[in-house]
Amino acid sequence: MTTAPAAALARHPHDDLLRTERIPHIWCSGCGIGIVFGSLMAAITKSGLPRQDVAVVSGIGCTGRMAGYIRLDSFHTTHGRAIPFATGLKLARPQGKVIVASGDGDLLAIGGNHFIHAARRNMDLTIICVNNFNYGMTGGQLAPSTPFGAKTTTTPLGNPDEPFNFCALAAACGASYVARWTALHIRRLTNTILEAIHHKGFSFVEIVAPCPTAFGRRNKIRGALDLLKFYYDRSVVKNHLAPGEASIDFDHQLVVGKFVEFDRPTFLDHYQMVNRGEVEAWPATGVDASAAGQRKAG
Amino acid sequence: MAGKAVLTGTHFMNGDEACCEGALAAGCRFFGGYPITPATEVAERMSKRLPQVGGVFIQMEDEIASMAAILGASWGGRKSMTSTSGPGFSLMMENIGLGLCTETPCVICNVQRAGPSTGLPTLVGQGDMMQARWGSHGPYEIIALCPASPQEMFDFTIKAFNLSEQFRLPVLIMADEVVGHMNERVVIPPADQITVIDRAKPTVPPAEYLPFRPGPDGVAPMANFGDGYFMHVTGLTHDERGYPTMTPAAQVEMTERIVGKIRNNLDRILDYETLFLDDAQVAVVAYGISARSARGAVLAARQAGLKVGLVKLNVAWPFPEEFIRELSRQVKCMIMPEINLGQMVLELERLAQGRCAVRLVAHPGGTIISPRRIVEAIGQALEERP
Repeated sequence: MTTAPAAALARHPHDDLLRTERIPHIWCSGCGIGIVFGSLMAAITKSGLPRQDVAVVSGIGCTGRMAGYIRLDSFHTTHGRAIPFATGLKLARPQGKVIVASGDGDLLAIGGNHFIHAARRNMDLTIICVNNFNYGMTGGQLAPSTPFGAKTTTTPLGNPDEPFNFCALAAACGASYVARWTALHIRRLTNTILEAIHHKGFSFVEIVAPCPTAFGRRNKIRGALDLLKFYYDRSVVKNHLAPGEASIDFDHQLVVGKFVEFDRPTFLDHYQMVNRGEVEAWPATGVDASAAGQRKAG
Repeated sequence: MAGKAVLTGTHFMNGDEACCEGALAAGCRFFGGYPITPATEVAERMSKRLPQVGGVFIQMEDEIASMAAILGASWGGRKSMTSTSGPGFSLMMENIGLGLCTETPCVICNVQRAGPSTGLPTLVGQGDMMQARWGSHGPYEIIALCPASPQEMFDFTIKAFNLSEQFRLPVLIMADEVVGHMNERVVIPPADQITVIDRAKPTVPPAEYLPFRPGPDGVAPMANFGDGYFMHVTGLTHDERGYPTMTPAAQVEMTERIVGKIRNNLDRILDYETLFLDDAQVAVVAYGISARSARGAVLAARQAGLKVGLVKLNVAWPFPEEFIRELSRQVKCMIMPEINLGQMVLELERLAQGRCAVRLVAHPGGTIISPRRIVEAIGQALEERP
């Protein structure tokens, strides 16, 4: 058995984007967040953006810890509030790219209101949402993504709630880029994150990721690889499928792919247009006073 | 449309509007807010004025988002503020704590109305004073200013921004509905006569920069996002690098720093005015609109020959502990009029320690305190045997 030279072990391609002094990280073995984090770093590197022009904002939870390990300007906000913080940061410094990386519970339960309004505004943010179907940090409680019937520590007899379809929600609210992969679609995920970073507007990338420690364990899929394969094996790539049909259905198919991509003005585009007087007064077609009067008389 | 940030001249405007002009004069260029009576006029005027000076206004989806957005904007390098009233102030508490923990300069104007809950939305109250001090969880110190007129809404808003930039924390303007809605003369000086303080920037290269290592005055220089310092900022207990550090020792060090930078700089923060205190046997201690009721009462009582003085608290938090302790040795009674059922009066009681009497003139909200009631309390206090 040969030993790799120490110098070769000392450097990893992502080391310059990592706060290596903070390693080891807090994530459990078998967790999918590390894969997503690797894809995120690869995408940031590939983007060619100056490092000082990329910021990462996160909320609370396992995924929220990404912000603390990346060697960029990064902010770890309160639970659920990454998107409104990122909104203020983006509007104060529009030349910067702001990436929000957080979990499904953070972004879509406690932070759900901010999510829908940022999507509505087409706020120029990239949202990386790691969906592990439960609250991992607090030991495995019900999340807005937990499958119907699944066991968590707060649904010990099975989940009576219907989960959200996050991609459908994002698209319905006005997101201009929406995609989903599992944590095993690494190359496609990296390319998608890169596209999302370059997309101008509200981009949403959902990653179905294993949490064997808190979620799989209570649902008879204890092995990390088993859980990773469980998601991957059920996945079917259907690009451009209407997001409402892009369901996560473990009995039939877990639809992945890029569902939405189009251009529309961002909040800041519209704000600047309004301030320059370039937006027509509402309503565009004025009320015909005489016709309105006639109807009243009739 | 281009416009002036400083509207030098003499104006007739309400307190909410004066607050906006103070903010713009101090350099505020971002406002994230949510409408709420009686603070709505602040947001309305900012929505019109900020685009004129190259700023950004956004109406957020709620007050939680508003508070988060102004923190984000501050790290993006813009002076930022929001305005609200009781219910919105309650919603902001968690992110005010985030601002305190991450030492983020910003300003929150609370135009107080009568509570609890939805209360009397259009009518005055001063019931958020203890919430201002203690409403977010954990140990911290806060700075809260109490304007008593539209002119002070202008002046104190500038002061609030300067303090927030100097000491790196969210600063509260604890106004009230009457001050917010009353129209009075507001004099705005020329821009070059307005003192504007900006946050201290790091002077070391990024490799040597520790974002939470305090300078000589206890405050750390602050880089903005995008300046190339690659900072991590967290609401978790953190060390000088800003890295989460889950130990009791780190908690002691961090909280002592954020508390100490206020407690050790009281001479630069405390602000109160006194009137007729020299020979006073009774002192009326008041803040906000109640300080104007108190002033009327003290002037009337003096005309009647009563030995009474006034203390007007311009800064309510931190509380002027040493001064009030000394005052309690001089007078036989301190009287606090306030539009709640007894909040700041507890500070007087705590500091008097029985050395003098402490009386509350209270109203639960909906109307100001009548000067007549304060005059009566002064008379009673002077008649009481020591």
